[in-house]
Amino acid sequence: MNLVTIAAKSIRQRWLASCLTALSIALGVALMVAVLVINGVVSRMFSQNATGFDMILGAKGSPMQLVLNTIYFLDKPIENIPYKYYLDIKKKKWAAHAIPFALGDTTEDGKFRIVGTIPEYFECDYVPGKKFEFQAGKPISGTFDAVIGARVARAYGWSVGKKFPIAHGGNTSDIHDEKFTVSGVLAPTGLPIDRAVFINYDGFYEIEGHGKSKAEVELEEQARRDAEIVIPQPPPDSAPPAHPAGGKKEKISDEQKQVTAILVQSAGKSSAEQSAVAFLIMPRINKGSVAQAVNPIEQIKKLLNDVVGNIRTMLVVMTALIIVVSGVGIFVSIYNSMSDRKREIAIMRALGARRHTVFSIIIAESVLLCLGGALMGLLLGHAFVFVAGPIVESRSDILIDPWFFEQHELWILPALLVLAVIVGLVPGITAYRADVAKGLSE
Amino acid sequence: MSLVLKDVRKSYREPDGRALPVLNIAEFTVQSGEQVALLGPSGGGKTTLLNVISGITLPDSGAVLIDNIDLARLHEVRRDRFRAQKIGFVFQTFNLLQAFSALENVLLGMSFSGKPVDRKRALELLDQVGLSHRLHHKPSRLSVGEQQRVAVARALANKPSLLLADEPTANVDVKNQNTILDLICTACHENQVSLLMVTHSLEVAGRFQRVDRLTDFNRTEAVA
Repeated sequence: MNLVTIAAKSIRQRWLASCLTALSIALGVALMVAVLVINGVVSRMFSQNATGFDMILGAKGSPMQLVLNTIYFLDKPIENIPYKYYLDIKKKKWAAHAIPFALGDTTEDGKFRIVGTIPEYFECDYVPGKKFEFQAGKPISGTFDAVIGARVARAYGWSVGKKFPIAHGGNTSDIHDEKFTVSGVLAPTGLPIDRAVFINYDGFYEIEGHGKSKAEVELEEQARRDAEIVIPQPPPDSAPPAHPAGGKKEKISDEQKQVTAILVQSAGKSSAEQSAVAFLIMPRINKGSVAQAVNPIEQIKKLLNDVVGNIRTMLVVMTALIIVVSGVGIFVSIYNSMSDRKREIAIMRALGARRHTVFSIIIAESVLLCLGGALMGLLLGHAFVFVAGPIVESRSDILIDPWFFEQHELWILPALLVLAVIVGLVPGITAYRADVAKGLSE
Repeated sequence: MSLVLKDVRKSYREPDGRALPVLNIAEFTVQSGEQVALLGPSGGGKTTLLNVISGITLPDSGAVLIDNIDLARLHEVRRDRFRAQKIGFVFQTFNLLQAFSALENVLLGMSFSGKPVDRKRALELLDQVGLSHRLHHKPSRLSVGEQQRVAVARALANKPSLLLADEPTANVDVKNQNTILDLICTACHENQVSLLMVTHSLEVAGRFQRVDRLTDFNRTEAVA
């Protein structure tokens, strides 16, 4: 009969106390697993591979807000920049791809962002080395075509051919008359793309109220002239009104169009070359007064380190403390049982068990409780993620893969092994020092 | 196996700091295969004597020689191993471990001897004490007599040379008392094991050929 069997028998003898002790460890570990998995999911979401574009151009303001807007479809859209500016960028040789994003509208219930863009967007890598895949249909081609993300398709049950209206500026009481038709459904990516609705940029500006009025254009032109901005200027009288009063809706001019952001993939044979190009171009754009150019990777890294990283550290520390508290629970449980077990230990010693044998039995007991609790906790944690994942996903738009295994989980068992030995030390030493004659007489 | 105690003294410290002499034995001997009943009143130092002989408690002075090996001079680790291999113990309150079945209690006794666990012998011993049908019962599901029979089987598990029995029938009825005494004496005789049984019962002592009174050779007054 080996020490582990003896320890297991002892645990079984006090099954209720043992189960409760192991359960406290299990709950701590389950919480840590949940935190690690969610942290892994969030980190992956905000990882440096979250976008295939190396430069984002948008109105002057917060670089972080621009990235949150265009990569994560979070936060309120910042100001727009002229469409003409986009056309100018598109012509540049250093821009392999320049994709306009027009943001602001949402689906009818305000749940998902509408992104006005061009068909070329679907030819680009959405993350380095990954092209868009369609689970149904094809990219946008017609003016009122739309491509929807996998999450949107699942949430609404939409498929190719579905017609839908959109809400102006996210205001669910202001629904545009125009309807878009789903031409394609994207395959799941696990990225924010899954919860976006991409419509044709041309269609976006076919919608009433999206173009600027002639008066607005004239005012802006005046301001630009005053600021001596170098953007190619259209003749002031060429801009038609967005919605001519009482008449048939006229085609909107380029001057009346705007873009919220321009996603740029720099020209270059390698990613290093592309990054170098972006690095050279960004300061030149930032010198101008129209737009800012930001490196999304840099902003994501900042977000990851400054915000997500701190939250992650805080959560991991908190759960580690919970496990330590559970470890103290094991210590208290075993230590309290020692007074009841003085006789048991004395009998073993009288039968010839050495001091270090009874010490090892107590340590084995602590290890069994900790590791048993840890294994239970690992299962519980993943079961929790499996059950809670879809709920979190529906409420926060964070995609959680229930089968996701965070590498840090591998540290849980060794860490608990160390904890088990530490909390078993004092009761073990008590057993080691037990007075056999006194124990037998009790 | 022979047991010789020479000039063994043992005293305990009272709360007020004074020494309370418990043992002061000039000489006490048990020959190989001999069965001895040691009579003494409660609180007379019988259990302390057994603890000293088994090496559980060290004497303040003197020698405890088992086959000429002085237990008191052995390192604790070797003393524990010696006890596991050479000395069997039957206690007044059986001292079975409640978490273990009858068979496991016997196997447990073997586990600490450093020798391979002999499951076959454990089964034979339990059969010998009439418990082959109660192998997997926990002590709480055994009668008092059955528990003491398990304790006897456990004490003999490692083929000891000396069996120490501390009032083994004090907690059992008369019928079981005779059964257990017969069992212990027969088993010791068959296995050539020396037996030292301490008791306060004249009836129990009367079954032994050699009966010693502890008060005859334990001169505790001399220590004080």
